[in-house]
Amino acid sequence: MGVEGIGASVVRKEDRRFITGKGRYVDDIKLVGLTHAHFVRSPHAHARVKGVDTSAAMKMPGVVGVLTGQQIVDDKVGNLICGWAITSKDGTGMKMGAWPAMAPETVRFVGQAVAVVIAETKNQAKDAAEAVVVTYEELPAAADIRAAIKPGAPQLHPEAPGNVIYDWTIGEEAATDAAFKAAANVVSLDITNNRLVPNAMEPRAAIGEYNEAEEHFTLYTTSQNPHVARLVLSAFYNIAPEHKLRVIAPDVGGGFGSKIFIYPEEMVALWASKKVGRPVKWTGDRSEAFLTDAHGRDHLTKAELALDANNKITGLRVKTYANLGAYMSLFSSSVPTYLYATLLSGQYNIPNIFAEVISVYTNTTPVDAYRGAGRPEASFVVERLLETAARQLKVDPAELRRKNFITQFPHQTPVIMAYDIGDFGASLDAAMKAIDYAGFPTRKAKAKSEGKLRGIGLSCYIEACGIAPSKAVGSLGAGVGLWESAEIRVNPVGTIEVLTGSHSHGQGHETTFCQLIAERLGVPISQVQIVHGDTDKVQFGMGTYGSRSLAVGGTAIIKAMEKVEAKAKKIAAHALEASENDIVIENGEFKVTGTDKSIALPMVALAAYTAHNLPDGMEPGLKETAFYDPTNFTFPAGAYICELEVDPGTGKTSFVNFVAADDFGRLINPMIVEGQVHGGLAQGIGQALLEGAAYDSSGQLLTASFMDYAMPRADDLPSFQLNHTTTLCPGNPLGVKGCGEAGAIGASAAVINAITDAIGNNKLEMPATPDRVWHAIHG
Amino acid sequence: MYETTYHRPSSVDEAAKLFAQGSEAKYLAGGHTLIPVMKQRLASPSDVIDLGKLKELIGIEASGDTLTIKAATTYYDIMQSADVKKAIPAIAHLTSMLGDPAVRHRGTIGGSIANNDPAADFPAALVSLGATVKTNKRTIAADDFFKGLFTTALEDGEIITAVSFPVPAKAGYAKMRHPASRFALTGVFVTKTKAGDVRVAATGASQNGVMRVPAIEAALKANWSAGALDSVKISDSGLLADIHGSAAYRANLIKVMAQRAVTAAG
Repeated sequence: MGVEGIGASVVRKEDRRFITGKGRYVDDIKLVGLTHAHFVRSPHAHARVKGVDTSAAMKMPGVVGVLTGQQIVDDKVGNLICGWAITSKDGTGMKMGAWPAMAPETVRFVGQAVAVVIAETKNQAKDAAEAVVVTYEELPAAADIRAAIKPGAPQLHPEAPGNVIYDWTIGEEAATDAAFKAAANVVSLDITNNRLVPNAMEPRAAIGEYNEAEEHFTLYTTSQNPHVARLVLSAFYNIAPEHKLRVIAPDVGGGFGSKIFIYPEEMVALWASKKVGRPVKWTGDRSEAFLTDAHGRDHLTKAELALDANNKITGLRVKTYANLGAYMSLFSSSVPTYLYATLLSGQYNIPNIFAEVISVYTNTTPVDAYRGAGRPEASFVVERLLETAARQLKVDPAELRRKNFITQFPHQTPVIMAYDIGDFGASLDAAMKAIDYAGFPTRKAKAKSEGKLRGIGLSCYIEACGIAPSKAVGSLGAGVGLWESAEIRVNPVGTIEVLTGSHSHGQGHETTFCQLIAERLGVPISQVQIVHGDTDKVQFGMGTYGSRSLAVGGTAIIKAMEKVEAKAKKIAAHALEASENDIVIENGEFKVTGTDKSIALPMVALAAYTAHNLPDGMEPGLKETAFYDPTNFTFPAGAYICELEVDPGTGKTSFVNFVAADDFGRLINPMIVEGQVHGGLAQGIGQALLEGAAYDSSGQLLTASFMDYAMPRADDLPSFQLNHTTTLCPGNPLGVKGCGEAGAIGASAAVINAITDAIGNNKLEMPATPDRVWHAIHG
Repeated sequence: MYETTYHRPSSVDEAAKLFAQGSEAKYLAGGHTLIPVMKQRLASPSDVIDLGKLKELIGIEASGDTLTIKAATTYYDIMQSADVKKAIPAIAHLTSMLGDPAVRHRGTIGGSIANNDPAADFPAALVSLGATVKTNKRTIAADDFFKGLFTTALEDGEIITAVSFPVPAKAGYAKMRHPASRFALTGVFVTKTKAGDVRVAATGASQNGVMRVPAIEAALKANWSAGALDSVKISDSGLLADIHGSAAYRANLIKVMAQRAVTAAG
């Protein structure tokens, strides 16, 4: 309804403040008496802390306090938790080592905080941090999965012998083995899924503020989920009870998952504000972001595909080692298990799947959810296998996929997920048409005559979004429910505030959510304000991640709107002396259908608040709340095709074309959706070609700045051709599925499939740098 | 950043005097290396003496067979200069590929060669073209100027005032960009002098910074064409190796970039 309702590419409301520098981020916030924190961090990947001498630092100019790991332990601040319990195949729980917010005894990765200096200025805090003398006894380090699992490897935590956190399985092992025994063809692949650094544009930051008279804390923080932060800080870290802790996540400059977690720095800022009796601000710099923001991915996988004589897939067997870093971050355990192995069926009818996932500790930065979180890793395994199978069987990769597509819905996979709807053939058709797949051999031959190696690569991804039905995730070990809440306040003058538990840190909720209201009431979006990111304002919320905000948070808004409309119709019917069943809402007015009688929304709202003439027994006011718990995941899916050329002299890859055909269900704001896909594709292509966190064998991060960690730039990327095919999600009233992660999930396999096609050689790891591609070509 | 004293002298002489007075003074030009390392607290100069605004250090002159670029001239001004494009277009091309627009508006030729980053572009141009570095004290041949990683023939407090390039018969530059930093993973500058000599210099490749490549020089002297290099073998001994490029890969790049530079030179 209206020009600003569902399906309208409305310009983003929030961009005015962002592009004019009027955003308000944590570091912009100035409080009376503010002090500044700087952390003393370990230069070693693994060492015992023999002593921390703070005496010289305490005497430095401007120093307000120097606090150590021992003090935070003595004050009984809780160790960091992991919110998802995973059970190993032998029935034992996960083997979790202790992670204090600052290390009192042992440091296990470079950058781990040992002490914090609080001073009048940031520079004074840095000066004094240099005067803190930490005595270390260096220990041998295990810097990657292979080093951590070999016999005699350095032990990180006494709780986890052999550095194994859990050895978990999913699916039917015997049936899958039988499928491989009976197979006509077996395809096998060893895959490294490279470690990534999230690199949100805004580094993490926190301000802790303690009000002694009220015994009340406020935390300003760069969070994707402020209510979850408050819950965890209260229930597990003993900082303050929930009613004495307000968490505010104001404008946040990107997250990509890395700002889901509650980090040591936020805990320390809050705790320290009480210790020193002043507000404490910490703003991380880019170097700290590289060393301490939770990294993503980092798998070693052996994957096998069984096919019968008709090229029908009969089985999939996967063994994955996942690197979780030195400590278990908040949702780290779930990423390589329930967010990964449950998607291994891809878009295909695979009767037998068995996966084993072994998660290990290493002396590296903790690893957790990063855009896609487990699903890019799964999609990469499946789509690299399909492409490799097609080459091995000498059949067209599109045809092999089509032959094995799931076409009947709902479809129960052997790995928990029940796909509700989709049309995988339609997406593949759209992508093939957009790239002129049939014309590729001619283009390849022409490129060859010009000295270039041209390749084409497909990737048909599926993801599980709209996270998630609370009962289902609870049965799988999740420590929280994953519903969402919304409150709609119609003010006495008819303007509307929507309080949502979702958090926008780049997604454009302030526009998209307004469009939901505009659609239903026919009011302009300028009359609607989205309120989020403050636990004192918003009733509750589980936050934004896993492409859940529209499917879950948006549905909560719809549910609250239904209640508001029902009450408003009663008021309108009373005022118009009509039956409420005859009231319809059009263009901001409540009309008696079939007549010219109507009353405008502001008059209904005013009537609700003056309460001079309401139906008998009706409470005044026009404000409703809804909590919505989804009934299933949503399943966005699509087909990406990449065409590129490799320069055989340098190994450099140049894009010719990149087409996407996504099925996200109904699109609320197509422009915002395109932006999300562009960003996701950039990160997926970044993983494929450029990005890779590298440690040396002693555990030093080699890619600790943008001088060595290659972030994708505009000129590294092609001009994307986006298409949409649509099946409406039956699980929610909006029919939406989520679009935030798709690009990052589907793109990397398309790129690697295209390069390996171009060079005729499958031995290529990500990131496929020119150096690696050249070596793959020339041996 | 540690505290420092910032100076903006009005002449080269004053700058040198201020330098001598400071306990641990540093000259500042474009600031692309000095400022980041100061911000990371890896450098703590007592005094920072800004040469970037000195009028006597800015400008480009072309006369006869010589192109002179004063030391504090920015990359952007070099790239845009009609004199440069006419006399040695390869230098304009090199500069256009250097960093990004923000870098090109601040970075200077003097700052680049004084820092002598092993992956900087300009050292290759100076060595290949047989340029002369002029300072407030003397003139130094490019062959004698670059002394290894981040090391030059400059004495303490000495200020580069200009670089003079003999105008060649032909010159070309090609580089493979480092995927992250966009410095030269390997860049090669080729020159055919008016006297018929051939000089080839590679940057980003050697553990000792900018290097001459005699094997390529010999082949091009015999036959100035990209094809003449097909059978040339470049040893990977002494070449840099890191996560972005093995020594063998850089050896390959020396040859491939040289071929492309020759093609560009015409």
